[in-house]
Amino acid sequence: MILQVRDLAISFRTERGIVRVLDGVNFDVDQGELLGIVGESGSGKTVTVLAVMGLITDPNAIIEGSIKYKGLELVGMKQREMRHLRGSQIAMIFQDPMTALTPVYTIGWQIAEQILTHQKVSRKQAWFQAIDLLEEVGIPKPSEAVHRYPHQLSGGMRQRAVIAMALTCNPTLLVADEPTTALDVTVQAQILDLLRNLQNKHGSSIIFITHDLGVMAELADRVMVMYAGRIVERADKTALFADPRHPYTLALLDSIPPLDGPRPDRLRSIAGSPPSLLILPKGCAFAPRCPQRLSICDDAKPPLIGGAHAAACILPSAQ
Amino acid sequence: MIFAILQRIGQMVFVMAGISMLVFLIFFGTPGVDPAARIAGRNASPEVLEAVRISFGFDQPFYVQYLTMMKKIFITGDLTSFVNRGWKVVPAVLDTIPVTLSLVIGAAVLWVVFSIIIGVLAAAYRDTWIDKLLMILGLIGISMPVYWLGEVMNLITQSRFHDTWMFSWVPPLGYKPFSEDPKGWFLTLIIPWFTLSILYIGLYGRILRASITEALQEDYIRTARAKGLSETRILLRHALRTSLISFVTLFGLDFGALVGGSALLTEVVFGLQGVGKLTFDALQNLDLPVIMTTVLYASFFVVLANAIVDVVYILLDPRVRTQ
Repeated sequence: MILQVRDLAISFRTERGIVRVLDGVNFDVDQGELLGIVGESGSGKTVTVLAVMGLITDPNAIIEGSIKYKGLELVGMKQREMRHLRGSQIAMIFQDPMTALTPVYTIGWQIAEQILTHQKVSRKQAWFQAIDLLEEVGIPKPSEAVHRYPHQLSGGMRQRAVIAMALTCNPTLLVADEPTTALDVTVQAQILDLLRNLQNKHGSSIIFITHDLGVMAELADRVMVMYAGRIVERADKTALFADPRHPYTLALLDSIPPLDGPRPDRLRSIAGSPPSLLILPKGCAFAPRCPQRLSICDDAKPPLIGGAHAAACILPSAQ
Repeated sequence: MIFAILQRIGQMVFVMAGISMLVFLIFFGTPGVDPAARIAGRNASPEVLEAVRISFGFDQPFYVQYLTMMKKIFITGDLTSFVNRGWKVVPAVLDTIPVTLSLVIGAAVLWVVFSIIIGVLAAAYRDTWIDKLLMILGLIGISMPVYWLGEVMNLITQSRFHDTWMFSWVPPLGYKPFSEDPKGWFLTLIIPWFTLSILYIGLYGRILRASITEALQEDYIRTARAKGLSETRILLRHALRTSLISFVTLFGLDFGALVGGSALLTEVVFGLQGVGKLTFDALQNLDLPVIMTTVLYASFFVVLANAIVDVVYILLDPRVRTQ
């Protein structure tokens, strides 16, 4: 077990009261596993992984629960200790490669900076390592590319550079927050291939966030669906796509356009919009939009039950 | 990169030529005014007027007059002040340049060093009492007029406390050339340096704090944190480094203006014979050749400072470099 998250809850103190953005989140990540997190904006995907990275620096944030990395408790860990894990054992790839690199330094400088922070090597060795990494992520002419500034590279190349940077110290856990969202489709496919190859080669565990179920179907071992700060369904990828149990997962899968057959006039969408986190309903947060809603749905939040394939829904079909 | 720098220098020469024409036209092309009478000064005799007219070529077309003027300033350097009876203008201006440069460069060093310290500290401890204290001090610095501050400094160091251990080292007002007396040069300039720089320390400190705080919100700072870098390194190598770009822009403008004569008030208060003081005296006497020369000199320095800023820009920000 690489990562063990238990009862993770995150709230922010705001002018309009305390907002609970994450509640009762439990999940594990195994060695070499790729866990996908799906959900719409504001569902708590990003805040979950930022908590894992220890990157929630807002003094108004309250983090409760437990995040254990190889048995080491990360919640409440001192920033100084956390820094040694970050970038060496746990690394992160960000959504937008356009803004994720400091504009005034070369790619090589930025990769070498991370190597020098965590390893006792000379400047020159770090530089050669950077070239090797760039080669590994498929950047053509890596010995020239190290001298390039971020603005001189295309989006896909920049994301490769960001990935190379994340790989510098062979991280055990790699967190990828929508790494392909800002890229065009052909480049997306290349980046996904790259991630898969790297995972096979290095055996790292990956947490992969996306709102694209297609990407998930291709890449993930296990999938976690989030809605309004809670996990609504968690299952193996095949089980989830074959037998979605939560009405929200069902609705998400329904809104994917079919690949064959006549094109529908309109894609199916989920009526309504996600609830405001400031005024969450007492019962199931998805109930107001749920086509199979029952009166008891408004009474209490359904717990996430079930073993390997768990869903947070009281419907008999979900059990 | 070399090409970008050469291109910038070419532009600079072009702009300077344009400024010199404009200044010339304002002084000598204004309709209904006899430039010869202006140059000759008040109550000039007809003989002097005639001498001026011939010497400056006012009986000839405009472009000849312009070229004559430029030749007198830049090539032969024998532009003469008639108000001050045969005083050579160009050497007089050249004499004042070291004074002004000494004053402004020293103050600039102080204000760059201190404003960076203040800006970085305030940004690192933002929203704590350290930040608030520094920002209030900065505001006080900005609010104090330099002539008042200068007089107060003089009152303290030259008069009230001059005989105590604190300020007995302060030499009398005036300028001592660096080449003759380096220690005297340094001692006479310390008080003027601080006086001139306090406004800029406050201003630049506040601006830098704002721009570092803004930079700290950027995505690349989150990347830097994810890399496991220390907060100090993130602040200095990533946030401060990217904030320096706007800092340099402002610095170039202020520095150019000060070298060009805007340090006038400080020069007058501390009895330094700089460019500002020279312009001030020339304005009082309506000494046209001197005014013309110092205005040209001032504008050249502003343009030069801007060109230097652009070059520094090219060094600081790779995005500005042309491929």
